[in-house]
Amino acid sequence: MSYLYILFIEVYKILFLLIPILVSVAMIVWLERRVWGFVQKRRGPNVVGPFGLLQTLADALKYIFKEIIIPASANKIIFILAPIVTMSLALIAWAVIPFSEELILSNINVGILYIFAVSSLGVYGIIMGGWASNSKYPFLSSIRSAAQMVSYEVSIGIIIINVLLCVGSLNLKDIVLAQQKIWFIVPLFPMFVIFFISVLAETNRPPFDLPEAESELVAGYQTEYSGMMYAMFWLGEYANILLMCALGSILFLGGWLSPIELYPFTLLPSLFWMIAKILLLFFLFALTKAVVPRYRYDQLMRLGWKVFLPFSLIWVILTASYLYYFGMLPNSI
Amino acid sequence: MKFNRIIKTIFLVEFLRALVIAIKEIFKSKKTINYPFEKGKISSRFRGQHALRRYPNGEERCIACKLCEAVCPAQAITIESEPRNDGSRKTTRYDIDMVKCIYCGLCEESCPVDSIVQGPNFEFSTETKEELYYTKEKLLENGDRWEQILAENIKADSAYR
Repeated sequence: MSYLYILFIEVYKILFLLIPILVSVAMIVWLERRVWGFVQKRRGPNVVGPFGLLQTLADALKYIFKEIIIPASANKIIFILAPIVTMSLALIAWAVIPFSEELILSNINVGILYIFAVSSLGVYGIIMGGWASNSKYPFLSSIRSAAQMVSYEVSIGIIIINVLLCVGSLNLKDIVLAQQKIWFIVPLFPMFVIFFISVLAETNRPPFDLPEAESELVAGYQTEYSGMMYAMFWLGEYANILLMCALGSILFLGGWLSPIELYPFTLLPSLFWMIAKILLLFFLFALTKAVVPRYRYDQLMRLGWKVFLPFSLIWVILTASYLYYFGMLPNSI
Repeated sequence: MKFNRIIKTIFLVEFLRALVIAIKEIFKSKKTINYPFEKGKISSRFRGQHALRRYPNGEERCIACKLCEAVCPAQAITIESEPRNDGSRKTTRYDIDMVKCIYCGLCEESCPVDSIVQGPNFEFSTETKEELYYTKEKLLENGDRWEQILAENIKADSAYR
């Protein structure tokens, strides 16, 4: 009986996290389309619901009622598995994200490693989708995407090491609490910039959306997908983008902490600050998509391996020696 | 020169400039209209949905000369005619296959009595292809519905015909 009770509580908690995330993914897609529209002096979706807020819901409904076509030569099991893997991997990473001091599904000690591991696994969904489609464009796209995500994960990992050096803990909650004095965006600003750009590449966003370069690869690894399976890829992609925004705000923007510990700011709940920071980062993402042209593939690889990797490595050494020299190393190391 | 470029690259100057421009653009007035609720101006020569017009006394204008049928490059028009009891020649069938039609406006130009015209309506999508096969009744009904605008358009354009 008590096991059942615990199970019920856990399921309740998971749903309490999952449903807001799925809803916010829908909202974020709307926001992004609105932002592009506004930058290009269009109106963007504004018909379905107030300000067009329900546009994504209408799109999702449309996808649900569409036929799912499985190509005759596709590997059926892997073909169906790929979008499921992508979406579930994008969603399970949210388990360790702290939204406030108490609001965290599982406060594990190696939270950042967990997120990093899960986001690395995200490549599999794309590779599986591209390979199982048994078609040239998805295949090329999945190869590109795998190479791109793997190379930029390296620099993201080293950027995270920079932050961890300053914190001395892998726990996401501790990372936020270590920023009470000063947000890490101030001392580690160059790392924040590189993190932002690497995340753009990691989530296949412009200017690094080569896997989906429609002029070359039709729709990339999603070419053969239709209906709900396409929608799941798309949902997973945006859940991942949102996750990276959350990670960015935790690592560099002080998570749920309010910018100034003064009267009017402290009144607002910490959840508000977390959401505000995620939205701010996402707004930057959307703006970036609106203004930048696409990179060439070799430029992308050069940037990843020859610029970001050495630069962040040097910065690790700088941070470490600074902390060591001034005796500011966190106690737990 | 090269030094400047390096500095620009490192500090992402171009990118930041683009971001500033993008943020400025957000607050500028929109260039598009709020389509289903507000519509753009349409020229009096606009070639939209077809209509068969009538004389003010209710008599059909069409005299079944079949010039439109002959001139139609897509061969979308089918006409059959018979002399009526009062001796005038009228159509018994006047069909336009809107799926074939290329909206070139030659039928309208060829018509000696301003009977077949293309109106300002461009929102006539249907769910089935069959509904886009316009019969005489449908075309006459269109004519009745849009008559006012059609007459105005023909009048506005009459100086150039």
